[in-house]
Order: sequence, then C-alpha cells, then structure tokens
Amino acid sequence: MEIKKEELKQLEIVGFDIEEKERAGSFIQKDKEVVFTRTFQEGVEILPIEKAFENYPEIKEKYYGYSFKKLNKEFPKDTEGGYFIRVKKGVKTLFPIQACLYIKAKKFRQKIHNIVIVEEDAQVYVITGCTAAKETEDAYHLGITEFFIKKNGFLNFTMIHSWKKDIEVQPLSVSIVEEGGTFISNYISLNPVKKITMYPTTILEGENSKFRSSSIIVSYSESYQDIGARCILSNKNTSTEIISRAISYGGKVIARGHIKADSPMVKGHLECRGLIINEKGFIYAIPELETSYRDVELSHEAAIGKIKREEIEYLASRGIPEEEAQSMIIRGFINVDILGLPEFLEKEIKKIVEKV
Amino acid sequence: MLKIENISVKGGDSLILKDISLKINKNETMVIFGPNGSGKSTLLKSIIGISNYKIVKGRIFFNDIDITNLPISERAKIGIGIMFQNPPKIYGIKILQLARYISKNELEIKEIAEKLKVDMLLKRDLNVDLSGGEIKRVELFQILLQRPKLLLLDEPESGVDIENISIIGKVLNEYIKKTSCSALIITHTGYILDYIKGEKGCVIIDGRITCKTDPQTVFDMIKKYGYEKCEECKWR
Repeated sequence: MEIKKEELKQLEIVGFDIEEKERAGSFIQKDKEVVFTRTFQEGVEILPIEKAFENYPEIKEKYYGYSFKKLNKEFPKDTEGGYFIRVKKGVKTLFPIQACLYIKAKKFRQKIHNIVIVEEDAQVYVITGCTAAKETEDAYHLGITEFFIKKNGFLNFTMIHSWKKDIEVQPLSVSIVEEGGTFISNYISLNPVKKITMYPTTILEGENSKFRSSSIIVSYSESYQDIGARCILSNKNTSTEIISRAISYGGKVIARGHIKADSPMVKGHLECRGLIINEKGFIYAIPELETSYRDVELSHEAAIGKIKREEIEYLASRGIPEEEAQSMIIRGFINVDILGLPEFLEKEIKKIVEKV
Repeated sequence: MLKIENISVKGGDSLILKDISLKINKNETMVIFGPNGSGKSTLLKSIIGISNYKIVKGRIFFNDIDITNLPISERAKIGIGIMFQNPPKIYGIKILQLARYISKNELEIKEIAEKLKVDMLLKRDLNVDLSGGEIKRVELFQILLQRPKLLLLDEPESGVDIENISIIGKVLNEYIKKTSCSALIITHTGYILDYIKGEKGCVIIDGRITCKTDPQTVFDMIKKYGYEKCEECKWR
C-alpha cells in the first residue's frame, strides 16, 4: 500500500506530522488498507489490528468487544482495519503517537475497529486525525475504538475531524478506566460534514479515576452533528468534567452530555455553550445527570444564544471596532484550553473563525 | 471638552433623560449625584454610545466634534474612556489580551498593572470570577491604558472595600492631575470625593438635572436632607 506525498500533505490538516520528528509513533490507514505503522519509542506498540490479533490471540480474546459487553451493547463486526496501540507498563511517551484514517475511494464505506491499551503507570498522548480526499464522494466512516486505561495509567487522546459535506461519520467508542487512571479526550470538528453521530461512553471503573472531555464543534450550513460524551462514575472518588463548545454558522448541532453516578462519593460537571452566528443555525443542548445516590456532586450549565450586544459594545468602548470585537469573542469562545494541540491546528481554527 | 446640548434619551419605549445640558471644560471634573434609577448611568452610556439608549433629541460634542452618531470604538479612539459599573463577563478573552490590544507598550502594561494590583489577574478571562474590587481595578487598568482625555466613571466605588477605594481613588487622582484630563463621575456614597476634588457637581432626579453647584456642597446637602431637598433646591 502506497501513499503519495500530496496525500500525506493533506493529512497535515488533521494533525499528522509528516516528518514524524516529534512523534512516538505513526499509523495511517487509507480506505481499508493500513499504509504503515511505525514506532520510535521502546514500550510503544502500534500494529494493524488484524496483525495484533494474529500475534496476540489472547488480546483478541480478552479485549475485543469487551467494553461493549460491559454496557450490554452490540457493535458492528464487519470492520476492516484499525489500529492496535499498546503502551507498556510504566512507559511514558515524550511525544504523541499519531494515527490517521483517510478515505480516498468514491462511495467508500470505511469501517474500522481500534483498540488502545495504556498499561499500569504508563502515560501517552495520541492524536488521531480523520479526513477524506478531495475527490471522495458520498463516503461513510465508522470508527470503533475501545480504550483500556489500566491502574494509574494516563491517556490524552485528541481526535480531529475534517470531513466533507457529503460524508457520513459514526465514531463509536467505549473506554474503561481503572483505579487512579486518567483519560483526557479532546475532540474537534472543523469542516462541513453531512452527518456525524457520536456519543462515546467512558466507564470510570476504578477508584480515583478521572475523565475529562472537551469538544469544539464548528457547524456549517447543511451539516448535522449529533455529538456528546457520556461518563459512568462507577466507583468511589471518581470524577468527570465534560465541556463542549458548539458554534453554528448555519448547521444543526445536538450537543449531548450525560453523567451517571453509579457510586456514592463521586463528582461530575457538564458544561455546554453554544453560539449561533447565522440565522439558520440550530443548537440543541441536552445535558443529563443521573443517580440514585445521595452522596454525589453532579452539576451542569448550559447556555446557548447569539453573541451578546453588550459584550461587543464593551470591547468597542476600549477602541476595538465592532466587527473585530465580534471575531475576538468568537475566537475566545472556541478557545478551550485543550492540552497538547498541535500549533498549526490552533492556527487552522483561527483561520476558520476569521473567514466569517 | 464635553458639551451636551439639550439631549433626551430613550431606553426602549421610556424616556429616561429629559433635556439634559451640561459642559465640562478641560481639566475639570464633574460629579453627578442622584437616586437609583434617575438616569445617571444612562447619561454616561449615551456619551459613549451604548445602543440600548437612543438619543431622540439634542447633540453631544467632544472637543467640538459632534459625536452623537459616532461608533463607540471611534469615541474611544478620540479620547473617551468609560469605567462601567457592571461590565459583562467575556469568556475566552484574557485581560492581558485586551490590554495588549489597547496598548503596544509592554512596560506601560506592566507598570499600570502593578500599580493597580491586577498583575496577578492578567491571565484571567475578562470579568469572570473576579471580586467587586478586582472588577473595578481591571476596569481602571483598561481605561488608563487608553489614555483618555475624558474619564466617564460610573460609581467607581460601588461594591468595593475601603482598601480598594483607596487604591482606585489615589490612582485616579494621580492620572487626572498628571494628564489634566476631564472627568464625569457618578457617585452614590461620595467616598470617591475623599480622593478626587471635583470642580462641578450636579444632581439628576427623574431624568432631569435639578441642581448645579460645587460637589461638596451638593453632597453635604444630600447627606443632610436627602434627595427630596434637591428637588426644591435654590440652584434649580
């Protein structure tokens, strides 16, 4: 399987570093084929999923579909490809691992299954970018990912989507975090897309485990994005924070969040803010909190609307022309403090905002 | 410096200010008193151009320029600086970011920030999770960076403890003395008068100016008799 230089160049917009200088490893899949996998640090393993199952039948036995079983949920099994990432016990990566899922063929239905295992005391950053070639039409992407974060493990996972207006996308993921583990998940959806539906679930199974999710959703005319995050706090002293920012330039966004406290002594907070720039924009925020325990701290705040006149005029009173004040507010709005974002992506977001 | 000619101002459908005229010369400070809801803040917001308030009659001149219909940012650029009473919270815009927009002089930013004890707050979002005193200090920090020729101060001491009033009062007085600028100050408690000596005073009741004299006299009378007396005052 080959990938052309120009194609690689295109992957840069979703965070792929072609030079791989500051990466702990790389994975690229084009349509259904894995193009390459590389690792640059000992203790970091990246394999095509089929290869991993061949090498380690016990892994397939133990992990494949395990997280879905926990939720009594079915999942599609007709997948082709996907990555297996394992960071061995105690290994801490200096640079992020990068993975890219790329659609090239017209009307292609890309269906993948990934497994990420962060072993005890290991620490890793992963950047996954998903995108399609310019010539692709009417494609579909299904991305199943199962995350397993072992005792005191740490995973910072950033997913960047940059699709096209005729592509349908369905990420499907479940994460299980053991005692003392931390899972930080960042999601950014930048470009027009036909439809994205995703509602990943994280189960904080071990005591003192943590989950933080932040999403930035930019929505354009004729895009439909039903995006959320769910966390099940199923042990003592677990905590979660789910933050989302949705900005609609005419598209439809459903911003969901769900925290379920299945144990006493847990904390959770949901925060959803939506900004409608264009008259045709639509944002529906659905924050849900659920528990049958008394000793829990769950809260949410949601606010959607247009930019407040008062804010623009306040900045104007400092000498900033109104149009500029407005774009400053928009830039500020989607400027979530997300850890480990590549620099150029920040620029990319700024560019998008400045277009308006 | 500032000349207001017979303005009437509407907020929504109601007429808030009625036939207001006043004049502030260069290097002159005017103190405005008045009960809650009398239209004091509306006057300041009309001078800077806040869109909730429509000037339905009259004109406002700043250094002989008719600013009645000038965009807000232009009014700021020609030298009007306003300290709001309740500034909005703006998420994602840092205080330092705004400061750097206003002033390109890093040293000046640093010096004024230290003087007003806002140096620890520079990386915070604008007006988010700030105490009453911090909000006022941050407001003052911003307008001093603007180097205004006319200060519009909407109750600079409200919701602020004694220590903060002292910081704010001293810094304001120093700025006014040093730059010979003009100021229009709304005060409720009069505490700010311990630091700034105004040349002119006036009382606004029910959208009209009822009294014009020196601020200390006005304040003493209000303390003694309340605002009711202002309505029948001899200077009317």
